[in-house]
Amino acid sequence: MLLTETLWIALQSISSNLFRAALTMLGIVIGVAAVITMVALGTGAQQAIDQQMEALGGDILSIGRSNRFRHGVARDQASLTTDDAAALARESRHLDGVVPEINSRFQVKYGNRNLSVSVLGTTPNYVDVHGFTIEAGRMFNLADDASRRRVVVVGNEIPGMLDTDAASIIGRTLQIRAISFEVIGVMEAKGSSGWRNPDDDVWIPLRTAQFRVTGNDLVESISVKVREGIAIETAMVDIERILRREHGILPGKDNDFSIFNRKQFLDSRQEAAEVFTYLLAGIAGVSLLVGGIGIMNIMLVTVTERTREIGIRKALGATKGNILLQFLVESMVLCLIGGGLGLALGAGAAYFAAEFAGWQTVVTKASVITAFAFSAGIGLFFGIWPARRAANLDPIDALRHE
Amino acid sequence: MSAVAFSNAEQDAVIRFEDIGRAYQMGVETIHALQGLTLTITRNEYVAIMGASGSGKSTLMNIIGCLDSPTHGQYWLNSQLVSRMNDRELARARNQEIGFVFQTFNLLSRMTALSNVEVPLIYAGLKRRERQRRAKHALDVVGLADRMSHRPSEMSGGQRQRVAIARALVTNPSILLADEPTGNLDSRTGNEIMTLFDNLHDRGNTLILVTHEQHVAEHAARTIRLSDGKIVSDERPGAGR
Ligand SMILES: Nc1ncnc2c1ncn2[C@@H]1O[C@H](COP(=O)(O)OP(=O)(O)O)[C@@H](O)[C@H]1O
Ligand SMILES: [Mg+2]
Repeated sequence: MLLTETLWIALQSISSNLFRAALTMLGIVIGVAAVITMVALGTGAQQAIDQQMEALGGDILSIGRSNRFRHGVARDQASLTTDDAAALARESRHLDGVVPEINSRFQVKYGNRNLSVSVLGTTPNYVDVHGFTIEAGRMFNLADDASRRRVVVVGNEIPGMLDTDAASIIGRTLQIRAISFEVIGVMEAKGSSGWRNPDDDVWIPLRTAQFRVTGNDLVESISVKVREGIAIETAMVDIERILRREHGILPGKDNDFSIFNRKQFLDSRQEAAEVFTYLLAGIAGVSLLVGGIGIMNIMLVTVTERTREIGIRKALGATKGNILLQFLVESMVLCLIGGGLGLALGAGAAYFAAEFAGWQTVVTKASVITAFAFSAGIGLFFGIWPARRAANLDPIDALRHE
Repeated sequence: MSAVAFSNAEQDAVIRFEDIGRAYQMGVETIHALQGLTLTITRNEYVAIMGASGSGKSTLMNIIGCLDSPTHGQYWLNSQLVSRMNDRELARARNQEIGFVFQTFNLLSRMTALSNVEVPLIYAGLKRRERQRRAKHALDVVGLADRMSHRPSEMSGGQRQRVAIARALVTNPSILLADEPTGNLDSRTGNEIMTLFDNLHDRGNTLILVTHEQHVAEHAARTIRLSDGKIVSDERPGAGR
């Protein structure tokens, strides 16, 4: 009915004092821009975590020595061995791959270049379980492992760090702790998984590592891939049963190993990211609130300024409802225009954060809708009081107003 | 006397005052702008209200126009007790039953003449096309067909007064109220406005106008004189109807 007229009157009123309208909207513009940017950042962080989860494989469990962190020193009496890995591979029906690992940091020499890198001693199935691909050459095989051959596969960034490239490093010699290794393969880039970058690691056969480096059959950790369709928890119970028996742990005694669920770790990071998002959205919400109070303030001024107009309109047949609607629509239009500008600004900021700061940002449809709904809501909430004041004016008092 | 009994008795009464008073409380002092007014105005009457400045003429008009409420007595508009009307009914009465021409015009300064005249029709719920048609017609009636897109600031006093009259007429109200319609005009323009009012009366409208000029009052068939908020005379000099 009256809505188009009401809208028209509101637009005329706003355009009759554009500068003031712009100042009034500023709070909403900044608030909405902040919400959009913050949520975009939060969603981006979330998405980054999801991608890491994907890269890591949420179905991989790491078994470590539980006293690894006790008093900050490793105690040797509780140890994982190659036999433990063999037992797991042999007995658990819930596991798809069992990968024992040793990890140490060593000086690596190539020509006259020196690097300190993580050297992982492991089995050939490491590639499959952790989702690596070979870019050049090959992965070491069971025969290499069995005969403790001195061969090495290097991470994707290693050739570059040694001033060479993947193709030309194959077949060359790399000195690890002054022992010569033949480079037989280069991994494809995997990207950082969040807490470490596998692209600057190197891999050697497990037995080679045990024979040349550690001198025993202990392993540092065992990664296992849980078979598809099996719950992580089921697999964990199975692993615990097998390892307790292998280690001869009596009932009631504590495990001397620990099972680390990476997914759980990421879950906690995800929670942190969510909290972060909510926190930022909260801050943005406060600025929206301040913007809303600005709207209310200016609407009160407008009502006072236009008291006479309200009186005239009432004298000509406007009901309280007509007047209420008129001022509500005006404050909502102000807020929605502000919201639209804020949206553009926020999306722009999110774009620049992604483009130039390299942060992952995502402007979702939901956040756009929310921003608009919120703007309209603010217009309604903070407009209602001034609008009611206008509506309840006595016509004759309003007409006499100077 | 109950409202029902009254309305049965006098079908033709459009305005009926029963002991109407309007008091203003100014601190400890009470100012009686109107006191003990009892009067009836019937359909198609032409009434002039006269009196010295401050005698309560505007207050009376505002009460008749449902803009102000009496502090005493009862007012029936078209047999309906105004004090019992809710906001919607009052708004409807102001919109449909009464056309009010204010002493100070009270035009909306940001709007053109045409838009000003359209305002009552907006609240009457008319569509834009119909509103413009009627508003143009009303401006035509008051002789302003060539000033429709002018704003009040671009018009003379007489032209503004005509816009105000066009706005009061545009909803075809049965009662037309005008508070000193010629007060701000030169005599020639004043005469033109009065001719307009005479025509409206001839067309069947009920006219009530406030004036302090005898020659203006002579257009009316009935003259009510106020002094200190009271009716001091109520005469129908000419025909006596
Ligand atoms: N809002 C008001 N507050 C106090 N007194 C008022 C108010 N409006 C009018 N009056 C008083 O009521 C009396 C009648 O005023 P009014 O009806 O405007 O007179 P008129 O139109 O005949 O000049 C005057 O004494 C005036 O001072
Ligand atoms: Mg007066």
